[in-house]
Amino acid sequence: MPRLELVGHGQHVMTVCNACRYCEQFCPVFPAMEQRLVFAEADLDYLANLCHNCGECLYACQYAPPHEFGINVPATLAAIRVESYEKYCWPRPLAVIFHRHSVARSIVLAAVLSLVMFALASVAGTESLAGRDPRGRFYGVVPHAVMVWLFGAAGLWVVVALSVGLRRFWRDIHGGGPAPSARVAHGLRDALTLRHLHTTGVDCTSNEEERSPWRRYFHHATFYGFLLCFASTSVAAVYHSLFGWPAPYAYTSLPVLLGTAGGIGLVAGPIGLLVLRRRRDPALTTPGHAGLDDSFIVLLLLTSATGIALLLLRGTALMGTLLVVHLGIVLALFVTLPYGKFVHGLYRAAALMKYSTERGSVKIRN
Amino acid sequence: MSGTVYDVAVVGGGNAGLSAALTAREAGASVIVLERAPRHFRGGNSRHTRNLRAAHATPTAILTDTYSEDEFFSDLLRVTGDDLDRDLARLVVHRSAGCPDWMRRHGVRFQSSLQGTLHLGRTNAFFLGGGKALMNSYYAAAARAGIEVVYDADVHALDLAGHAFEAAHVRIAGVERTVRARAVVLASGGFESNLEWLREAWGSAADNFIIRGTPYNTGTLLRLMLDAGAQPVGDPRACHAVAIDARAPKFDGGIVTRLDCVSLGIAVNAAGMRFYDEGEDFWPKRYAIWGSLVAQQPDQIAFSIIDAKAVGRFMPSVFPPFAAGSIRELAAMLQLPADALASTVAAYNAAVRPGRFDHAVLDDCRTEGLTPPKSHWALPLDTPPFWGYPLRPGITFTYLGLKVDARARVSMADGHPAANIYAAGEIMAGNILRRGYVAGAGMTIGTVVGRIAGEEAARHAAA
Repeated sequence: MPRLELVGHGQHVMTVCNACRYCEQFCPVFPAMEQRLVFAEADLDYLANLCHNCGECLYACQYAPPHEFGINVPATLAAIRVESYEKYCWPRPLAVIFHRHSVARSIVLAAVLSLVMFALASVAGTESLAGRDPRGRFYGVVPHAVMVWLFGAAGLWVVVALSVGLRRFWRDIHGGGPAPSARVAHGLRDALTLRHLHTTGVDCTSNEEERSPWRRYFHHATFYGFLLCFASTSVAAVYHSLFGWPAPYAYTSLPVLLGTAGGIGLVAGPIGLLVLRRRRDPALTTPGHAGLDDSFIVLLLLTSATGIALLLLRGTALMGTLLVVHLGIVLALFVTLPYGKFVHGLYRAAALMKYSTERGSVKIRN
Repeated sequence: MSGTVYDVAVVGGGNAGLSAALTAREAGASVIVLERAPRHFRGGNSRHTRNLRAAHATPTAILTDTYSEDEFFSDLLRVTGDDLDRDLARLVVHRSAGCPDWMRRHGVRFQSSLQGTLHLGRTNAFFLGGGKALMNSYYAAAARAGIEVVYDADVHALDLAGHAFEAAHVRIAGVERTVRARAVVLASGGFESNLEWLREAWGSAADNFIIRGTPYNTGTLLRLMLDAGAQPVGDPRACHAVAIDARAPKFDGGIVTRLDCVSLGIAVNAAGMRFYDEGEDFWPKRYAIWGSLVAQQPDQIAFSIIDAKAVGRFMPSVFPPFAAGSIRELAAMLQLPADALASTVAAYNAAVRPGRFDHAVLDDCRTEGLTPPKSHWALPLDTPPFWGYPLRPGITFTYLGLKVDARARVSMADGHPAANIYAAGEIMAGNILRRGYVAGAGMTIGTVVGRIAGEEAARHAAA
């Protein structure tokens, strides 16, 4: 649906919902909606990012298609959500990426970047890829300085791009000014616990009357797995630069323990999410968005899978190859963060902080 | 289906029908539900409901304070003017207390009483997600229990032997079938969506009525049973009608087409004239008289006119208002005679006495020397933009029904109950509510009598 038409449809949907309000105890979308009489584009962006796509309100809706009002809140807000990712993207021309994601493209990107890493390893590495170093010295294959500069530059880009997008989003939905810190904490808690996926005491639906907590569990495994892996890398960086302890580390060391726990989560979570996504009612989402979600999940899965393989096989001749492939995948994941599904977490958290701020300042009936 | 003799056939798959079906199945009966609508529109008018009235002696997680059986009963007496089957009403009130728990056992979820739209939080338990969610839970419970549900099933004839049901003739997606059962529960609603029948009762005015609920309540079973000599209850012309937005779809517009702004401004007819005291009483109490008030106006149309001061003081409605900078402009948009509307507004404004506006109480903002008066919440219409909403009568349900006894058996003309024919829900609600309206009481009647009918039908089938 073209943007203007989508905004118009979103306004129609919210107007019907606001006159009905039967869903008001499902989640924050409805009480937030009730605070408004008209729905500007920024209001729709806010509500869309508040929606966790649990699906309850579609099945409960007496106006859902084929009713002539054609109300499908989860799918409508999902479409507006993706539009909002593009709208707040920095730099703007790269917003086109959001609509072009596919698993195949992610794999190609990871392969290309692996080849780049391979080239860097051949040029700058002190050890041959196929060489069998019993101590598995990573920096012999790809020198430490190369890793620092490459990932440092990519990381800086990612942080800048995400911050600009988040700022733009917040300015639009909140009108400038930070949220009070208590509200930030409250919103962060809601985001980190996915509280609104089970506010009613039961988890979200995958089909009518089929409720299960597995979507939340797999999301947690993915998210916290990602965080643990990130923590593992950060600890390793500190070990290397502050203490001069080079990788690889022992199985009982902090980076390996964190990385192993995170890696397991980041394998189980994405696999679970991919399976659940295929079982979910297609009516709950917008056709054409599958690539956006799947490509991100697959990159996460490839990152953890190659990371674990690297840990297990670091003493073998496969170490060098695995290392460049793993680094290529991580780089692919990194550079696509601001232009893929990853951004949903930031906008969701910001929307929850906004909701918490509204609840604090206005008496919300729910 | 063909060849099988079911213990219990339930005609109609709304709240009452599913309550009967689940109860009969749990009593060991084999059960088939014949639902007229396709799956998407299943559940009759129950899919547009939101709550159920239930007596309770102590506060619960879903109901605040207390609501005694006596108070519930006196609420029914008050609105019906004591014209009701007292014993049946007593029974329904008594068994209402157990309804929320029974519903919960069948997967129904309720809103928490501490949140939400709750001026009814003391007396009414709200379904989480509303009536369609309720029906989804029931249908899932029916599937788990092994109840056969057939959609698109139009029961158009019954085989009766004397006062006993033998079989129903059903058109299922165009194919003729015969469903045999040892007992039948009729839970097929009223006749409010049968336009021809409405015309018989109200003449051509009925053409301008909007039906707020399901298009499938055509009263076929009600008519078949009345023709077969069942005793009627309720005035055949009576219906519950409210004033709704004239732009609502002919059927199935439900809750979102209601307009709550009438008491905040003036209401005029097609001649631009006021015709009733808009501020007579609180809107929820007067909500239900405005359907017939509008029905009595020429062409069954009226217009609610408010000004900018009213914006934000009423529940938003689904259609945008006609908005104009002056009353004359608004008249043009609404196709009303501009001079007449302008002088109506001028006369009204001149009659408004100063007072302290408070929409939450019967305030002292009223008119003086105006006919009809506006007794409360009268503020001059002087702040543009002026908003107008067209109003039509919107029928919620009809009152005519089948007389039943305390075991939900349909009473026949000779005074005897039918041997194995039971009725539940809107088709028999007139035994208790044959005039007036008590929010959520229809769902209470459907649940309680549905359960009684299911129990009795299963017992009869086993005997």
